[in-house]
Amino acid sequence: MTKVSMTVNGKPATAEAKGNTLLVDYLREGLGLTGTHVGCDTSQCGACVVHVDGEAVKACSIFALEAEGAEITTIEGMAAPDGTLSAIQQAFQDYHGLQCGFCTPGMVMSAAALLKENPRPSEQEVRDYLEGNLCRCTGYHNIVRAIMAASGQESAVAAE
Amino acid sequence: MPKDEQGIGASTKRREDIRFLTGDGNYTDDINLRGQAHVVFLRSQVAHGRLRGIDPAAAEAMPGVIRVFTAKDFESAGGLPCGWQVTDRHGQPMKEPKHPILAEGKVRHVGEPIAAVVADTLEQARDAAEAVIPDIEELPAVTNPKDAASDASLVHDEIGTNLCYDWGFVEDNKAKVDAAFEAADHVTTLELVNNRLVPNAMEPRVSIGDYSRGTGEHTLYTTSQNPHVIRLLMGAFVLGIPEHKLRVVAPDVGGGFGSKIFHYAEEAFCTFAAKAINRPVKWTCQRGESFVSDAHGRDHVTKIELALDKDGLFQAIRTDTYANMGAYLSTFAPSVPTWLHGTLMAGNYRTPLIYVNVKATFTNTVPVDAYRGAGRPEATYQLERVIDKAAREMGIDPIEIRRRNFVTEFPYATPVAVEYDTGDYHATMDKVLEIADAAGFEKRREASAKKGLLRGFGINAYIEACGIAPSNLVGQLGARAGLYESATVRVNATGGVVVMTGSHSHGQGHETTFAQVIADMIGIDADQVDVVHGDTANTPMGMGTYGSRSIAVGGSAMVRAAGKVIDKAKKIAAHLMECSPEDIELKDGKFSVAGTDKSVAWGDVTLAAYVPHNYPLEEMEPGLEETAFYDPANFTYPAGAYACEVEVDPETGKVTLCSFAAADDFGNVINPMIVDGQVHGGIGQGAGQALMEAAAYDATGQLVTGSYMDYTMPRADDLPYYAVDHSCQTPCTHNPLGVKGCGEAGAIASPPTIVNAVVDALQRGGHGHVTHIDMPLTPLRVWQAIHQR
Repeated sequence: MTKVSMTVNGKPATAEAKGNTLLVDYLREGLGLTGTHVGCDTSQCGACVVHVDGEAVKACSIFALEAEGAEITTIEGMAAPDGTLSAIQQAFQDYHGLQCGFCTPGMVMSAAALLKENPRPSEQEVRDYLEGNLCRCTGYHNIVRAIMAASGQESAVAAE
Repeated sequence: MPKDEQGIGASTKRREDIRFLTGDGNYTDDINLRGQAHVVFLRSQVAHGRLRGIDPAAAEAMPGVIRVFTAKDFESAGGLPCGWQVTDRHGQPMKEPKHPILAEGKVRHVGEPIAAVVADTLEQARDAAEAVIPDIEELPAVTNPKDAASDASLVHDEIGTNLCYDWGFVEDNKAKVDAAFEAADHVTTLELVNNRLVPNAMEPRVSIGDYSRGTGEHTLYTTSQNPHVIRLLMGAFVLGIPEHKLRVVAPDVGGGFGSKIFHYAEEAFCTFAAKAINRPVKWTCQRGESFVSDAHGRDHVTKIELALDKDGLFQAIRTDTYANMGAYLSTFAPSVPTWLHGTLMAGNYRTPLIYVNVKATFTNTVPVDAYRGAGRPEATYQLERVIDKAAREMGIDPIEIRRRNFVTEFPYATPVAVEYDTGDYHATMDKVLEIADAAGFEKRREASAKKGLLRGFGINAYIEACGIAPSNLVGQLGARAGLYESATVRVNATGGVVVMTGSHSHGQGHETTFAQVIADMIGIDADQVDVVHGDTANTPMGMGTYGSRSIAVGGSAMVRAAGKVIDKAKKIAAHLMECSPEDIELKDGKFSVAGTDKSVAWGDVTLAAYVPHNYPLEEMEPGLEETAFYDPANFTYPAGAYACEVEVDPETGKVTLCSFAAADDFGNVINPMIVDGQVHGGIGQGAGQALMEAAAYDATGQLVTGSYMDYTMPRADDLPYYAVDHSCQTPCTHNPLGVKGCGEAGAIASPPTIVNAVVDALQRGGHGHVTHIDMPLTPLRVWQAIHQR
């Protein structure tokens, strides 16, 4: 065990990790940030997506040690300090882009990364970008709508 | 928020979203108890074999290992119980072999737990589990439900057959059905497979057992759709723990779709082991493990025949199905291919004679049980596929043949023992053709053809039986449980309301919708209403959430309990205003005396109930809290019509789902936004079944699609936007909200819609020899169908 430090949601954080401790386990078990979820064991489901130095990363696909000194943002760091939801979180609520909530943290983190790279994506670009995030509840319809709306493209959101 | 945006019929935003969107949810794996140990199960890697011995000594000597458990440790425990007994054609009970917690004498499917290693850390338990070497003499495996019927290899030697039951329904109709086939002008026959699926809720299962020597109380935290059912089954049948010493908590649960109804070995293990080692014991399922331990769904091999007269009117239906039970009977497995399947074979149609035969067999596969729709997708798929085939054979338009046969008068008693209370199948058919823009199909087909693609239009009608279920009826059919639901409505002194429901929400949004109903009934702000679920310690005995039953049965219980609360509150208000309770009206959170300007506020009455200084204590007890148990009078019958368009690339066989439209009649709707979402999700899963998902076993019983690398889950780029509508509403006639349930429709009705569309595309595209392709319609299967003449 060694102490591993990084900046998580804007605050310095330190916890013990082994050489084979995954970043997701470091966050969940080491720091108690259980908003990041584990939905598979093959790095496919995307429930554990966090931002590492501003990029979307599946936290089950890197070791905690590899993130030493990095700036990490998790779902817990997405809302304003007073609890106000970010635009993307608010859009997920407004458009019913979540049901059981398990894939949601990864979806929100992926969506935020997409909109940073591509502020006005097409519907197809949203669908393609979410290729690494599985959801079993929504059939993706309202997730895609939420992301389109969060990008300010309300008019491109399919009418019900 | 104005009141009209939060009552019945409003698309109120979900209150549960805030915690899920901020990482503040509380899923079972988020819980860690002080001093907890971890368990890892050694699971069988062979599908079938004699278990000659297990040597745990090496594992027990490894660092951190507390104890290794095997079947010997569970000699005093019962097997995992089956909650439904089916009686066969000859009046004999089904075969019901023991389902042990850890394998006894034999292993019967890949993934069956053989031993359990409990250690201080998860890593230590994992390492030690690898050191437990079972001595297994491999035996031939059987995986296909039809092949199993030959009894060439017996899954359970002691019962001497792989046949669990041979069920005929309605047995008395058989001769008449056969005669109708003899006399028919036309008979259409279709053989098909309803592909085996893995439910794949995104949250893997987790169980944590805890025990207090001080109080003798057990607590189980578990990923369940029905904590009370788990408490009853595990306490009474497996471990012998009375309810008052056993608390089951299902906190936030990340999707279920049926797979979290059942009582699993791991739950009983963690509860048992926590007492045995006097420490909490936690198990977190890995995804690869859930593929071989969560109950699977579907897996029917069916031959269906439809007899018609010269006008295309249905005369009789005859079906012959082999249903896979897997290696053991899961909690509700026997009911799925029988009562949840045979009773729906009439569909939306006036077929006078129906006979359904189902042979359920044991195989060397993971147990199969209810998965979203449970029996009703299997019924709808075969019926709607054979109707499409018959229409084509007889030269009748597939929409027209359905319309000619629709039930139009209600109530309608089917020949398969259920009575539809209400519906309007022409209305949903009209609606789906409108929202699918059926009129514009030909233009779109021509545009596709210019790209070298074959476009097809698929149509489908469906009905399901939800709101499960009248207890006395299901008791006669073999259910070993009642299927009522419960609610306690507790009004606090300052007027806030807490609803404690036996239903469970794992994505359905009950915390929002149930509060909408109460807010509407009392006329208070929905924010004043809290909904509590998921903990046997603070909810009344309830049967949980599945079969689209929560609002129809759980909601009805809540309305009953709230009605009792309001009746009592009116008496208190009458006392305060010195008038008769009959003259009191409750509106907008205010009690007023009819015909006067006298009124008291909701909060004044609730305060009086708990501070009873001016109160008729000689006539009424203080307090304002009521419980109701609601047992439904009938099933509810959601129904509708679906349509979709596909493009098939004849060069590659690739199918693209271009559009999907759903017109559902769910009766009254509490929250349209949530209902839309339920339909979307069902369509997503149904499209997965139709186009890409399959739990595939090889001949040795290995699950070859045992991870997300192999089992194709639908992704965002596989699916289009859906057009959904539920404006055709014929309210349920026998529950207080007039609701029918909406959770399963999408998964039930979308697979035949999509397969019908693909066959239509091939037929129109010059491949008239293709009349059926078994799901999933992968590019390989479609290409082969095109080329195999």
